[in-house]
Amino acid sequence: MSEFWTDFLIVIARCVFSVAFVMNIVPLLIWGERKGAAYIQDRPGPNRAPIDLPNPLDVPRLLGAVMAGQPLVYKPIVSLRAAGLIHTLTDVVKLAFKEDVTPDHVEKFYWFIAPVIAMTISLCTFAVVPFGDQLLGVHLQVSDLDGGLLFVLALTSLGVYGIMLAGWSSNNKFSLLGGLRSSAQMVSYELSMGLAAVVVFLMAGSVSLSKIVEMQQQPLDLGFIAIPAMNWTALSPFGFLAFLLFWVSAFAETNRTPFDLPEGEAELVGGYHTEYSSFRFALFFMAEYANMIVASAVTATLFFGGYAVPFLDGATIRANADVILAVLGFGAVPAFTTFAVIAFKRQTRPFYQVLAAEDPRRNEPKFWTGLWLGAAAAHGGLGVLGLMGGLAALSTWASLPELGGDLVAAVLHVSSLGAKVLIGCWIMIWVRWTVPRMRYDQLMNLGWKYMLPVALVNVFLAAGWIILRHELFA
Amino acid sequence: MTEAVLFYLFSFLAVVAGLSVVVQRSPIASALSLVVCFFALAADYVMLDAHFVAVVQVLVYAGAIMVLFIFVIMLLNIREPGPTPIGLISRRGLVGIGIAALMGVGLIAGLDGLVHTPAPELPKGYGTIHNIGEQLFSDRYLLPFEAVSLLLTVGMIGAVVLAKREV
Repeated sequence: MSEFWTDFLIVIARCVFSVAFVMNIVPLLIWGERKGAAYIQDRPGPNRAPIDLPNPLDVPRLLGAVMAGQPLVYKPIVSLRAAGLIHTLTDVVKLAFKEDVTPDHVEKFYWFIAPVIAMTISLCTFAVVPFGDQLLGVHLQVSDLDGGLLFVLALTSLGVYGIMLAGWSSNNKFSLLGGLRSSAQMVSYELSMGLAAVVVFLMAGSVSLSKIVEMQQQPLDLGFIAIPAMNWTALSPFGFLAFLLFWVSAFAETNRTPFDLPEGEAELVGGYHTEYSSFRFALFFMAEYANMIVASAVTATLFFGGYAVPFLDGATIRANADVILAVLGFGAVPAFTTFAVIAFKRQTRPFYQVLAAEDPRRNEPKFWTGLWLGAAAAHGGLGVLGLMGGLAALSTWASLPELGGDLVAAVLHVSSLGAKVLIGCWIMIWVRWTVPRMRYDQLMNLGWKYMLPVALVNVFLAAGWIILRHELFA
Repeated sequence: MTEAVLFYLFSFLAVVAGLSVVVQRSPIASALSLVVCFFALAADYVMLDAHFVAVVQVLVYAGAIMVLFIFVIMLLNIREPGPTPIGLISRRGLVGIGIAALMGVGLIAGLDGLVHTPAPELPKGYGTIHNIGEQLFSDRYLLPFEAVSLLLTVGMIGAVVLAKREV
């Protein structure tokens, strides 16, 4: 294969990975939002939609029935509800097959492209977020732009077009008000967002996100002790203030509660997406969650070390890949066993006591117990050793001695970023179901009269501190 | 090669979008054409190794100024399309077109000499933020930079004073 095609495939793979990373977390977040809302409001949440599995002995007969074109009728042996995860699947089917209504009074062209803009912009933003240092010399980042975070800010400012156009082209006053609110809000909070990020630029000496992560992978020097790979921006006083400002602005930029006035359903019906139905609505819906993921990823990258694993820098991971693999593999055994015990104990809940003896839902806890126990056994048994041996064999076969270490590092880095993103998204969900919506003048006051001055002062103080440190200690 | 093709593609897009700004009848379509034009220009800047200028172009013009334009158009809710500019060309307009055409010919003739001189090799780090920052904040452009910031502040204060006279 020529060099051109190798490069081409690498570029394609990086793009696909970054889009897949975001798009795979979206359904998980929708589930998390519903479950989180249910826990916070003390109600069961999604728990109905099941997948009914037939008795394995019945499968040949059912296959025959399907081949013969007969209806698929069977008595389920277990009904899997997977804590409401199945609802996400049914949602996709519902949104894709609902009738797509185009109202007569909309401005057709703009109305059609608005959701496309919203979704495209939120997926593009992830292009500059690094999700690992390198795998066989290939940077794990779609594009290491010199502009770095400026690119993120530029795309965020474009994201407003999707909402604005949707509101305007829907041609009704509620949607228009929603669009206007969102544009005013996003333009206002962009300022404090940018100023908060300036502090990070000052500390890292660069706006490139990969350089910012590299800076945070340095040891944190406390004078008497140096903690490896923990030089997180958020652990310094100015960095922490910048993080708070950035995080609040991120809420406003993603139109999440307490700043979700553009779609305030009590006042504006549904705001900018009132007229949208079916998959066009789904695009807006997914764009909101994609924006949450990107906002969390950027925040994690700027303030919490991005893909960096706490206490382990890239070189350490590569040098101790075998040990890490063994610890993770065998450490998973007690974790999976705990999950199995939790699943098993669910049988004693009142719900399962009142079910009829032949109800397939009765068998669900047993199924999960078996699954987790099986996973634990696979890890404790040959799984980990096989994986280690396989990695070693692969490295020798491909005559690339660093392949094993690089793979372990890549997996750890991506998981680390993923964990940070999920924590950020969970905080957003938590806030949404805890904090009431602000009034519009309060929103503007907060942005212009409090956050902007604080962010400005923070930039000056941080710059002064950095110069002072430079003069005193270097 | 690829870069040259992309450059001309985006240049063409920029010209088409620019024409569309003038020719479109509905104000929103004009404003959005201008956004597309800025975007294509930003892409051209990227092709010319001026990444920072490209990002700032999108951030400031497409992201902030045009949002405000569209904001105003939405607030005034101008929906009736204005007259087609082409159909309303007056005598003065014809004179304008003539002068513009003359200037265009002159510009092309002037630029024709430039095309044939081979471009010098770009210095390392050309167009990076580091480089631009050094130029802007060193002795070379520091005074103009500060003067422009003062001008912007004056403009902002002036706008507030004019708009909020009663307070």
